[in-house]
Amino acid sequence: MPSDSIDIRYVAALARLALTEDEIDVFGRQLGDLLGHVDALSRLDIGAISATAQVVESRNVTRDDSPRPCLDRELVLAQAPQRQGGFFRVPRIIAE
Amino acid sequence: MASDLLSESAARIAERVRSGEVTASEVTEATLERVAAADGSIGAYLTVLPELARAHAARVDERVRGGESLPLAGVPLAVKDNMCLEGTRTTCGSKILEHWVAPYTATAVARMIEAGAVPIGKANCDEFAMGSSCENSALGVTRNPYDLTRVPGGSSGGSAAAVAAYEAAIGLGSDTGGSIREPAAFCNLVGFKPTYGRISRYGLIAFASSLDQIGPLTRTVEDSALAYDAMAGFDPMDATSIDRSVEVAASGLRDDLRGLRIGIVRDFETKALGEDLDAIYQAAYRDLEKLGAELVDVSLPTAEYGVATYYLIAPAECSSNLARFDGVRYGLRVDGDDVRAMYERTRAAGFGPEVKRRILIGTHALSSGYYDAYYVRAQKARTLIGRDFENAFEQCDLIACPAGSCAAFEFGAKSDPYSMYLMDYYTIPMSLAGLPALSVPCGWSTPPGGSTPMPIGLQLCAPLFEERLLLGAAHAYETATRA
Repeated sequence: MPSDSIDIRYVAALARLALTEDEIDVFGRQLGDLLGHVDALSRLDIGAISATAQVVESRNVTRDDSPRPCLDRELVLAQAPQRQGGFFRVPRIIAE
Repeated sequence: MASDLLSESAARIAERVRSGEVTASEVTEATLERVAAADGSIGAYLTVLPELARAHAARVDERVRGGESLPLAGVPLAVKDNMCLEGTRTTCGSKILEHWVAPYTATAVARMIEAGAVPIGKANCDEFAMGSSCENSALGVTRNPYDLTRVPGGSSGGSAAAVAAYEAAIGLGSDTGGSIREPAAFCNLVGFKPTYGRISRYGLIAFASSLDQIGPLTRTVEDSALAYDAMAGFDPMDATSIDRSVEVAASGLRDDLRGLRIGIVRDFETKALGEDLDAIYQAAYRDLEKLGAELVDVSLPTAEYGVATYYLIAPAECSSNLARFDGVRYGLRVDGDDVRAMYERTRAAGFGPEVKRRILIGTHALSSGYYDAYYVRAQKARTLIGRDFENAFEQCDLIACPAGSCAAFEFGAKSDPYSMYLMDYYTIPMSLAGLPALSVPCGWSTPPGGSTPMPIGLQLCAPLFEERLLLGAAHAYETATRA
C-alpha cells in the first residue's frame, strides 16, 4: 500500500473543493489517520481475487426509444441558481 | 383517544382505519398534534407537511369508503429527507440542498403512499446519510426519545426518533453501512435493510450507489414486513433494481424457530465491545435456542476488514455521486470569478466537514497512482467478505450478532471521525455483501456514566433474497422476548 500521507491540496483541487488553511491541516491529519487504518487491507492475500463492484449481477439496461413524458422544463429551471430564458446560466467558460 | 391510537402498531392502525373504526384523517390529525407537542424537544422532522398529510389522508378515507383494502391505510409515515417527495423540500440534511424542492416522488415513497400510508414530514438525517448519530446534519439536531441528552443514531436518526416518539408509525430510512439498523437499535425499534436491489433507489439521493438500500424503521417486525411488502419489487426506473419475484413477508411471520440453524459469529465475540454488552447478547442467543433454533458456530474471518473496505468504497462512490452538486442546475451557488471558482466555493460553502472528508478520501482513493492500491484492493476485499458469508450460510440459515458495539451515546462523544466509523463495525459486512439484515430490540443497558437504561439491538442476517425467512424468524424472537 502507498504511504499514509495524502496531498490534501492536490486532492481538493481534483474534487473542486475550496479548503481553508485550517481545513487543510485538520483534514490532512484525520485522513492520514484513516489511511493508516485502511492500510490493514495490505495484510489480505488478494492476488487472484476478482473485484466486486456490484453484489447482485448487473446487466445493461435499455428501454424502448420512444418519447415519454418527462419533467417539465419550467419546473426544473425554477430550481436553477441562475437561469436565462430556457437555459442554466453559468460564468463564462471560454475566454474572449 | 389520540395517544392510545398513536401507540398502536402500523398494522393495528391500518386495521382500525380499514374497519371504519377511525378515519385516516383522524389518525393524521392526532399525529400532527403529537408532532406539534413533541417535536420541539425531539427534532425528528426537518419539514412537517400538515396540508399534504391531510390531503393524502382524505384520499385514503375516500379509497377505504370505495372498498379498497389498503395494507397501510392511514399509517403515519416519516420519510428520511434524502428521498424525494414531489413538491416538498428535500435537503439531505445539507446546506447545499437546503431550499431544493423535489420535482418527482421516489418509487419507495410512492409505493408506501399507494398502500395507504400518509406522509407526515421529512425526517432529519446525517448530511447525505454520512454518519452514525445524526450529528452531521447541517439543518437540525435530533434527540433520542429515550434520553434527550443522547443521539438517536444515524444516519436515519430522524426517522428513528419519529417512530420511537410516536410521531409516525413507520419511518423510511436508507442503509449504506448500517444507517437503518444502528438508529433502530439506539431507539428500541426494528430496522430492516433488505437485499441490495430489492427496493428501488429511484428518487433516493445517491451516497454510495452499490450499497445504498431503502428500508423501514418500525416498532414491530410485522410493521417492517408490511412496509417491505409495499415497497419491494422491480422498478424500471432503477437500473440496479432486481427483476425477480418477491415473496410476501407479512404472511411468513413465525412463532418459533424450530428447524432453523442460526450461526453465531465467533470472530465477533472475541472483539472487545465498546461496553459490556456480552451478557445481553449471550442471553439473546439462548432465547433463540429456547425458541427451537439450533445454534452453530460460524466464522467470518474477513469481516474485521469491513470498516477499512467500506471507508474506501463508500467514499469513492460518494466522491463520484456528489460531483453533481456544482451550483449549476440546482441547490446552492456561490459566485466566483470563473466557473471553476464558482464550483469550488459552492461546494466549500454547501458541504459540511464529514461530507468533505469523504469526498477527499474518495477522490484520493480513485486518483491516478492510488486507484489499484486503494479502490481495487477494497473491491477485492469485498469479494472475500461476500465469500465468508457464502461459506457461513452453508452451515446455517441465519446469522445472529450484535447490531452495535454500544448503546446510544451522548452528543459530541465521538468527535474523532474514526471512532464514529467504528460504530458500523457489525453492520458494514452485511452491507458489503448486499445481504438482508435487521436489528430487533434485545435488551437494555445503562451506558458508562449514564443513569437511564438505553435499548440494545440484536442483528439477524439472512442469505440474499431470504427476507421472508429473516422477518419470520425476527417475529418469533420479538414475540417471545418483548413484554
